[in-house]
Amino acid sequence: MAKPKVPGMFKGLGVTFATLLATAKNGADTVQYPHEKETPPIRARGVIALHEGNCTSCMLCVRSCPDWCIYIEGHKELAPPRRAGGAARKVNKLDRFDIDYALCMYCGICVEVCPFDALFWSPEYEYSETRIADLLHDKSKLGEWMQTVPEAPELEAGAEKKGKK
Amino acid sequence: MNAVLLSADLPYWAISLLRVLGGLVAVLLPAGTVVYLFLFKMLSFMQSRLGPMEAGPYGSMQLFAEVGKWLQKEDIVPASAQPEARIFKMAPLIVLASTFLLVVVVPFGPDAWFTNFETGIFYALAVSSVSVLGILIAGWSSANKYSLLGGLRAAGQLVAYELPMVLAVIGVVIQAGTMNLQEIVVAQNAGSMFGWDGLGNPYVLTQFVAFLIFMISVQAELSQTPFDMPIAESELVSGYMTEYSGFRFLIFFIGEFATAGVFAMIASVLFLGGWGVPFSWFGWTTIDSIDNWMNVAGPLILFAKMMALVFFIMWIRFSSPRLREDQLQRFAWKVLIPISLVNIMLTAVLKVAF
Amino acid sequence: MTMLGDRQQLAYIAAQAADARVNVELETEGMTLNIGPQHPATHGTLRIIARLDGEQVVWAEPSAGYMHRGYEKLTEVRTFPQVTALVNRIDWLGSFANEVPFILAAEKLMGVEAPSRAQHIRTILFELSRIANVSLFLGDLGVQLGAITPVFFAFRDREYVLNLIEAATGGRFHPNFDRIGGLKDDLPAGFIDETRVVMKKLRTFCDQIEDLLFGNEIFQARTRGIGVIPKDVALSYGLSGANLRASGVDWDLRRDQDIPMAWNKTEFKVITHPDGDSFARCWVRLQEVRESTKIVDQLLDTIPAGPVMAKVPKIIKVPEGEAWVSTENPLGEMGYYVVSQGDQGPFRVKIRSASFNNISIVPWLLKGVYVPDIITILASLYFILGDIDR
Repeated sequence: MAKPKVPGMFKGLGVTFATLLATAKNGADTVQYPHEKETPPIRARGVIALHEGNCTSCMLCVRSCPDWCIYIEGHKELAPPRRAGGAARKVNKLDRFDIDYALCMYCGICVEVCPFDALFWSPEYEYSETRIADLLHDKSKLGEWMQTVPEAPELEAGAEKKGKK
Repeated sequence: MNAVLLSADLPYWAISLLRVLGGLVAVLLPAGTVVYLFLFKMLSFMQSRLGPMEAGPYGSMQLFAEVGKWLQKEDIVPASAQPEARIFKMAPLIVLASTFLLVVVVPFGPDAWFTNFETGIFYALAVSSVSVLGILIAGWSSANKYSLLGGLRAAGQLVAYELPMVLAVIGVVIQAGTMNLQEIVVAQNAGSMFGWDGLGNPYVLTQFVAFLIFMISVQAELSQTPFDMPIAESELVSGYMTEYSGFRFLIFFIGEFATAGVFAMIASVLFLGGWGVPFSWFGWTTIDSIDNWMNVAGPLILFAKMMALVFFIMWIRFSSPRLREDQLQRFAWKVLIPISLVNIMLTAVLKVAF
Repeated sequence: MTMLGDRQQLAYIAAQAADARVNVELETEGMTLNIGPQHPATHGTLRIIARLDGEQVVWAEPSAGYMHRGYEKLTEVRTFPQVTALVNRIDWLGSFANEVPFILAAEKLMGVEAPSRAQHIRTILFELSRIANVSLFLGDLGVQLGAITPVFFAFRDREYVLNLIEAATGGRFHPNFDRIGGLKDDLPAGFIDETRVVMKKLRTFCDQIEDLLFGNEIFQARTRGIGVIPKDVALSYGLSGANLRASGVDWDLRRDQDIPMAWNKTEFKVITHPDGDSFARCWVRLQEVRESTKIVDQLLDTIPAGPVMAKVPKIIKVPEGEAWVSTENPLGEMGYYVVSQGDQGPFRVKIRSASFNNISIVPWLLKGVYVPDIITILASLYFILGDIDR
């Protein structure tokens, strides 16, 4: 253990010293978070945004959520007819659309299952709260996040284009 | 050569006060610098990150923030440690006291010293072992199995490494012919190698083996990484420190890094010429002919040498895994001690021959 | 002792008698040391009850279940897409690899097979999650042995891999990207080029770790000859993955079985090591990361064009039947026995996770070792709590 100890240990010392120099020269691999921010990839599942106009309160997302963190309430309403003289339409009016982000496990099933493209993933991630109850966000807050939803990314070569969003 | 820093005109209490303040500076300043420069910055850079950056420019005030945090914390004594609460609380102080006792004999300049013992190095090695007591007490009185294991390991380790350290120092003592640290410094800087005195005669060259053994023992004595089984975060969960919080943990923490600084000072005194520069540069011959400014420059030179040594201690700490307890003992008894004994023998023979 | 000659045997008996005398004189009390549930060496909440004599373990037993989340029961009341999201969380460091065997089992029941492009992408992501998982092991190994730097290297380079996984799937840890019949989506543009760069970085990382840890004599002194698992014992305890290969068993489900994944279209070495000690286990994993980067590189070259989703109905009802599929996951063999009764969700899923079997050898392995070696052995066995407790 005494003699051949030297080379292996020195190699390790060399690795750390080289990293020291590289960090001093090229800067660190870490990001000084509040001052500089990394942009998450387009597909990043940061937060679920709601396009309220598309939602028909069909409850599919609520039922498919594995931990039941979506709350929807709605009622039927008569809307003015599309064409003059037509019959008044029955529409589903959304009263409440809450997502409890304290429960949400960001699986994305609700976004996928939504038949009317009302839910979208946004890479936005800065919405932490100091109280856990404040993580229950209502439809106006979810609607604000719609602005941060990016276009779907270009696909890699050889991919088959699909019509879906 | 009596133009001392502490003028004889001052009353006794003023001199004592100055010494206490000087002692605090001599212990806390290296500790703070070591923590900031090496633990915060060098460690981070070696791991390709920047370390603390928020408190002060480049995080330089981070240590004060940490101290503030620790001082706010509650001073907890675990329920099962209550019967021995008094010695539980005392243990960190003993560890820190050993550091303060250690710095007493370190010479910082031709006249800048706290005491000038004739047997300075003997004293230093003796009081450095006092910290073992503190650690053993801490480990035992915590009433925690991990702490107990840590304390026992620390005791075994520190006792085992005391010996090669002493034996390594004996080589220096033989060569210098004195145990007075001040005279060891002078002997190195006034000396010459084969008639050439451009570098003096730092013992790191003639006593290189002893230097290596001393540094390895220092590493073990400080329980830095290849030898950090008493602390061993991943197995013993910080060993004897597990149950401490608040300022008592802070004292352990300061003690650890201050001791690193002080041991590095002693090593640079023993092997690197301490506060001095080779006397031939300025035409000095004895300690009495040294210019007065060395009392100011000396501490800085010593500080620089200490930093260089601590750099190596920390570098090794950051890049190597930890040995096992029995491997450590085997290494001390079967490798270090025989080599240092051979070293003493050779030194003695050469000393007589030349 | 039958092999010893007469004189040796007598000496042995005498030594034992002397030992016994000493033990009577210095009778020591045993100590029960609880390692865990909260302990840095247990990567979570595993508890190991160790009976110590001094620093030597006389008897040890792992006590699992502190993080039991009832996944096998939960699967009974969830639909297939929901189960995919759940099984992500079993081995949380290589979560994409958890989905694959489950989806393959469901596909087997459905009688569909994913298109070859989907199979390729699955295999790429599978290997990426293996790299992410095992590179963290390599860093964590350093921490367990007292070296603090490797873990930061590991986190740094795992980050590149996680970024890739996130770019493709949207989730860093829990991709939930597999669907019955293929994948949720195709790869985003630029993924292939980016992956090639990252694979180069990972190979540099392997070199760094090799220099920093594996070449270090202290590391070798700590791991060589510690926790030796002989071949037959490894087999009889049902070890799998790198733990088994480190005992010299040439067994790799990626190569040995015919499942609709793209491994058989690549060339890779199955790394084995004859020693079976802690060093061998760590070394095998290090080499496997290297091998995985090569597999990914090969797959990136040969990725075929086409759809990533087979024709499956929107609401999936899996026909009645039972299927077992297991794959070579980062931690070892991971398999799902899926029983379906024709509903939207499975009737029963039995999860065979690698870590649970891997730690079953702990009582056998820890007997007689020293306390610091417990940590080495546990680190080298490499379990993930989610994988034990499910």
